[in-house]
Amino acid sequence: MEELLKVNDVSMIFGGLRAVSNFTMEINKGELVGLIGPNGAGKTTAFNMLTGVYDPSEGEITFEGKRVNGKKPYQVTAMGMARTFQNIRLFSELSVIDNVKIAYNMHIQYSLAEAVCRFGRYFDEEEAVTKKAIELLKIFKLDRYKDEMAKNLPYGEQRRLEIARALATEPKLLLLDEPAAGMNPQETHELMEMIRWIRKEFDLSVLLIEHDMSLVMGVCERIYVLEYGFCIANGLPDEIKHNKRVIEAYLGEEVS
Amino acid sequence: MDMGSFAQQFAQQLINGISLGSIYALIALGYTMIYGIIKLINFAHGDIYMLGAYMGFVATTMLGLSFVPALIFAMVAAGIAGIIIERVAYRPMRNAPRIAILITAIGVSFFLEYGMILIATPQPRTFPAIFEATVYNFYGLIVNSQQVLILVISLVLMAGLTYIVNHTKVGKAMRAVSFDADAARLMGIDIDRIISMTFALGSSLAAAAGVLVGVYYNSIDPLMGMMPGLKAFIAAVLGGIGIIPGAMLGGVIMGIVEAMVSGFFSSTFRDAASFVILILILLYRPSGILGKNIKEKV
Amino acid sequence: MNSIKKHDLATLGACAVLFAIVQTLLFADFIGPFWELNIILILINVILSVSLNLINGYTGQFSIGHAGFLAVGAYTGAIVTVKLGLPFELALVVGTLCSALLGFLIGLPTLRLNGDYLAIATLGLGEIIRICILNIEYVGGASGLMGIPRFTTFAWAFWITVFIIFVIKNFKNSAPGRCCLAIRENEIAAETMGIDTTKYKVMAFTIGAGFAGTAGVLFAHYFYIAHPASFTFMRSFDILTMVVLGGLGSMTGAITGAVLLTAISAVLAEYPEWRMVIYSLTLIVLMINRPQGLFGSKELSLKMFRLGGSDNGRATESK
Repeated sequence: MEELLKVNDVSMIFGGLRAVSNFTMEINKGELVGLIGPNGAGKTTAFNMLTGVYDPSEGEITFEGKRVNGKKPYQVTAMGMARTFQNIRLFSELSVIDNVKIAYNMHIQYSLAEAVCRFGRYFDEEEAVTKKAIELLKIFKLDRYKDEMAKNLPYGEQRRLEIARALATEPKLLLLDEPAAGMNPQETHELMEMIRWIRKEFDLSVLLIEHDMSLVMGVCERIYVLEYGFCIANGLPDEIKHNKRVIEAYLGEEVS
Repeated sequence: MDMGSFAQQFAQQLINGISLGSIYALIALGYTMIYGIIKLINFAHGDIYMLGAYMGFVATTMLGLSFVPALIFAMVAAGIAGIIIERVAYRPMRNAPRIAILITAIGVSFFLEYGMILIATPQPRTFPAIFEATVYNFYGLIVNSQQVLILVISLVLMAGLTYIVNHTKVGKAMRAVSFDADAARLMGIDIDRIISMTFALGSSLAAAAGVLVGVYYNSIDPLMGMMPGLKAFIAAVLGGIGIIPGAMLGGVIMGIVEAMVSGFFSSTFRDAASFVILILILLYRPSGILGKNIKEKV
Repeated sequence: MNSIKKHDLATLGACAVLFAIVQTLLFADFIGPFWELNIILILINVILSVSLNLINGYTGQFSIGHAGFLAVGAYTGAIVTVKLGLPFELALVVGTLCSALLGFLIGLPTLRLNGDYLAIATLGLGEIIRICILNIEYVGGASGLMGIPRFTTFAWAFWITVFIIFVIKNFKNSAPGRCCLAIRENEIAAETMGIDTTKYKVMAFTIGAGFAGTAGVLFAHYFYIAHPASFTFMRSFDILTMVVLGGLGSMTGAITGAVLLTAISAVLAEYPEWRMVIYSLTLIVLMINRPQGLFGSKELSLKMFRLGGSDNGRATESK
């Protein structure tokens, strides 16, 4: 299996607090991996380190062999990692289609002069980007909202738009931060199907943080478990399900 | 300039600087307290200082009060003004976007300045000489008794503030609200009352500074608060905005730097020096000398 | 022909009509010098307002030192004509480029600050510029630079304003413009979507500063003198008020705010203190009750003046 992302003994220290300690993880091409753990375990912090929002205090992160540490988020996205956020971070006052068009920005070639004077590549590339955006929205059944302001969308649709927008950056690895938050079982099930389908259709790998165990167990091929910043277990879903340490972490010592 | 006279000029400017710095510190305290509690840069704070000076003027000329009662009068009047401003202009903006609140503050500032021009005319007023100035000559260094007065009063007020903040219930509540307003509310603290108190305290200190300046420089005018206000704000940022000892430290540093620039270079660039300090601080250490760098949780 | 091109041509046509009307009135002396002065002042303020809107409204950065760029444009343009005896066209180019360059140099380090801190930094920088000018004898120091020939005519002012509005409108409806909007909406998300936020913030800042410089050249070459007292924080505040009153993020709003406030200023010219008191009260009341200003971030779309420039050919509200 071809290695895509390698997280090597990475730690994140905020003042006196070790949010993440000595975390090691690999993701191979095409895999669907889960990152779970109780609240405050450091999962989002780990995501933030992977995407360049935080610069790891210790350790090294490499993507396709290239070092990620210290890169800015937009550079990490250019390398091929895209993410969604735990609390939706859409461009609320902009239209749905603009949200997606912005994510295609990396692929736009025309210069500032061409943009302002509206000659050369401007019209062609704008049309191409609009077409691509509409195609993507169609896939996520959001095309009928395309001119609607993002903040006016129902919650479930907003979450789908976040994912669509991330996919517009044409990533190799998609990081989903609690994609099922706030969803009912029916929506969660649809989300599961969608994640599997995305992986196949867009030929990418997925890393997801999630609390909903049905989603995690149903969709992930491998799982890492964090608690208080430490990785306490990793392996196949069945192994994790029966791992004493994991059960303790979630339910407390007495239960096991 | 030889070593001897350099040392003398240096010491002289140091004395002037500490005096000036005490004024900046008093004003800076208000900025830092208000920012600490509601994360607002109160642009109008410099104009409270001006208001205090005018209150002092009214107290000594029209009410015939002597120094200390006039000072207290000005402080109380400014405290009330601060409470009113907070109530009318800032409280309705609690949940508004940052830019809107900042614009409101700028609006209040201009309103106070030009309102005062309309009421009191733009002509400078002369403060009556209620404190005879004795000039001490100390190995060639000139120390004005009024400078000593400024320093003493400032220290007394700062000590008083420190006591209130660290050793009273109100002070504890103020610190709690500045840490986490929602948690404080859940603990039963009346946020609105605490915020009003903070404005009152900060404003009264600024007013004291205004009266002291009126006594020392003898002249007050409606626009006197603009520059000192800005410089005091820079002082608060320099020391670490939201941190009370920081405001005191920042104020003194700003005063000394300004005196040095004035004495050794030129007085026209005096104001620019303060802004340069601001830019340097914001670029290299935005949390200030005593501040801590807090990362935003994403 | 492309629907966008059709819109643009229609708008240009409408502008030409408006220009012809006013120019004729001026030529025929139906409206006199008082009107010419105020019309040109309105146009200059429109440029300032629209360029500040690019920075504050579209990109969400809090810049309150715009008068500094106005000053740099005015003075450098004046140096070109008065000190170097070169043509007005060159003054316009030089003034714009110098302000843009300054905007770039200032923007690069300061735009990583956010919110309140950026505001204070820009305020401070505006003041530093003014104080420096005050101390430079070559440009007249505290007395100002005098004897600037009146090269600014209604024609120059009008068409430059139209040009700048078009440039900014086109910028907004293009990829770099969308990046600026994204930065305003959610800077962290924008970074994560592959946008180099610093680059675009500096870009918007530089363009905005440059156009303020253009306004400065026009200003100096109408009023015969460039004086430091014209470029104080109060001037920056005036421009900010225009943008905020009209609605941050709305071009129509910026233009409307500029027109309205210049008119009010003209009416209250005799009573500058009352003007300031009314301004500040208006601002306070506005912020408390309708912080989004007159137009919010929406554009007005009349049949003739399609200022929004929608890409899909829709004539209604665009962003």
